[in-house]
Amino acid sequence: MRKMLAAVSRVLSGASQKPASRVLVASRNFANDATFEIKKCDLHRLEEGPPVTTVLTREDGLKYYRMMQTVRRMELKADQLYKQKIIRGFCHLCDGQEACCVGLEAGINPTDHLITAYRAHGFTFTRGLSVREILAELTGRKGGCAKGKGGSMHMYAKNFYGGNGIVGAQVPLGAGIALACKYNGKDEVCLTLYGDGAANQGQIFEAYNMAALWKLPCIFICENNRYGMGTSVERAAASTDYYKRGDFIPGLRVDGMDILCVREATRFAAAYCRSGKGPILMELQTYRYHGHSMSDPGVSYRTREEIQEVRSKSDPIMLLKDRMVNSNLASVEELKEIDVERSLEPGRWRMQ
Amino acid sequence: MAAVSGLVRRPLRQVTVRDAINQGMDEELERDEKVFLLGEEVAQYDGAYKVSRGLWKKYGDKRIIDTPISEMGFAGIAVGAAMAGLRPICEFMTFNFSMQAIDQVINSAAKTYYMSGGLQSVPIVFRGPNGASAGVAAQHSQCFAAWYGHCPGLKVVSPWNSEDAKGLIKSAIRDNNPVVVLENELMYGVPFEFPPEAQSKDFLVPIGKAKIERQGTHITVVSHSRPVGHCLEAAAVLSKEGVECEVINMRTIRPMDMETIEASVMKTNHLVTVEGGWPQFGVGAEICARIMEGPAFNFLDAPAVRVTGADVPMPYAKILEDNSIPQVKDIIFAIKKTLNI
Repeated sequence: MRKMLAAVSRVLSGASQKPASRVLVASRNFANDATFEIKKCDLHRLEEGPPVTTVLTREDGLKYYRMMQTVRRMELKADQLYKQKIIRGFCHLCDGQEACCVGLEAGINPTDHLITAYRAHGFTFTRGLSVREILAELTGRKGGCAKGKGGSMHMYAKNFYGGNGIVGAQVPLGAGIALACKYNGKDEVCLTLYGDGAANQGQIFEAYNMAALWKLPCIFICENNRYGMGTSVERAAASTDYYKRGDFIPGLRVDGMDILCVREATRFAAAYCRSGKGPILMELQTYRYHGHSMSDPGVSYRTREEIQEVRSKSDPIMLLKDRMVNSNLASVEELKEIDVERSLEPGRWRMQ
Repeated sequence: MAAVSGLVRRPLRQVTVRDAINQGMDEELERDEKVFLLGEEVAQYDGAYKVSRGLWKKYGDKRIIDTPISEMGFAGIAVGAAMAGLRPICEFMTFNFSMQAIDQVINSAAKTYYMSGGLQSVPIVFRGPNGASAGVAAQHSQCFAAWYGHCPGLKVVSPWNSEDAKGLIKSAIRDNNPVVVLENELMYGVPFEFPPEAQSKDFLVPIGKAKIERQGTHITVVSHSRPVGHCLEAAAVLSKEGVECEVINMRTIRPMDMETIEASVMKTNHLVTVEGGWPQFGVGAEICARIMEGPAFNFLDAPAVRVTGADVPMPYAKILEDNSIPQVKDIIFAIKKTLNI
């Protein structure tokens, strides 16, 4: 077990040997950057929204690709470990939603703050913890980031406040962190995430009210993956326009499968908050491939066809790859290498 | 106690519990700019019970914050602010309303330091009046000492007099753990002598240490909050009959100072506990269980007896209300029963 953990984290930190084909790839000429069109965001109480084009550098593209692929592989590994009963209890995976955690991080500074609910492994990584610390925590080891005392839902890092198990409770907490940001006067913002299920919690509306009243630098973010456990949004909410639910708080609806869209929207929202105008709300439309948790096969309330359709048409990693290859920011081989580097097929790491 | 010089006699000040809490908060607000107070009516109204009188005028909107009626929301905001490094004092107008927010107190505040493996501390104080008042009936009279005292990760204190009130609120604010301060509305207006040391800006009452308010030899009487006064009254009556009660003021519910209680029981061989809350799973029940588990059990000459609030939702009519909380006569009765006199 210990050897496996070490091997897994070595592979994921990219310490693997680089085969000869790399030399060929490095000598090819790539573009330094490319401009992409991104979807226009639906707006609520806003005159203008984020820009509809954005520039992606090769360096950033590779970084985002590597990060998303790492999250993807880490989640798939957690799935395996859970089925082997090495991870216990609750395990909520975010594969499919990688553009959210990586895109949000790309739009803020490390000195900003972030809090989310229990589908938190991706954010734990993007906020700075290593895969080793995360998997060690999930497997209950004292080398875990919470010394094995927290588990899947209670991982913390600098400026990352978990990992919260009680649906909706993290939203007033996030508004409180934003209050501290304003109190300290350092121009920092707090990203406060919740899901489409949590969006109907009363305490969220209490937080909206106080954040708006006191002009707290809080970016409320609804990660709408269409299902709150087994309940679709249509069956849970009288209004599924989550970006409007803040009422007096301006909002925008963002394509959460497109990392560039998420990044631009986040930059826009952060600038809004930093200017002292008060809170803003972002709805990220995204999708999770797994069920609600490892106890949920995820196919009793949605069809396999639906899951497959999202995978083939909107997968965030595939979307970024296509963009980068088509505009000569990277080659197919180069990206495949990253895939392999991040892959955890048993044959692979046994060779390490 | 400092020796009093023959030349200079400093008169002992009389300070009400309300003013003592006010002083304690004022001093801590001055001492550390990360400390702030939020709650309903704490600022411009000077506090629903005037405990925060004058603070908004002195410190302004940034440090003394009026909230809307949103307990779950503002308690969560306070906890979040504490996680991000501030030191909030979160007032519940009464602890009855804390039930709306109890998830934030327990799951967001109390458990976090442990769950995070020691990474994330939550230096917050939750304070407000607790327990029975006068004529406010069932939904406004509950005692939460047992509920909060049940939870690992929380410290819970219950001041009786002015010295307790000032010293404990200051210790609570300086503590890096979440601390619940259970005040008592009927005690706010009661004046007590303030010893000179209590007038210092660094006067602290340690959390986790009980105080023996009255030495005695025949029986140990343990209590917290307002009933401590009733116990002292009962002790005064019994003293005339030759029964000397040792009255212990718990001051802290969690962590409970069992050492002081056990040492006393080992001396007196008899125990009566007195509390305002309901009997089942209460503070007295915990004391009795722990006595049985420790060295003092073998020193008991009679079973320990609990004096508690009546096991009913608090009624309104005065005669019913008076008989639903421990009175001096109930305490005397329990003591005599234990002593078999």
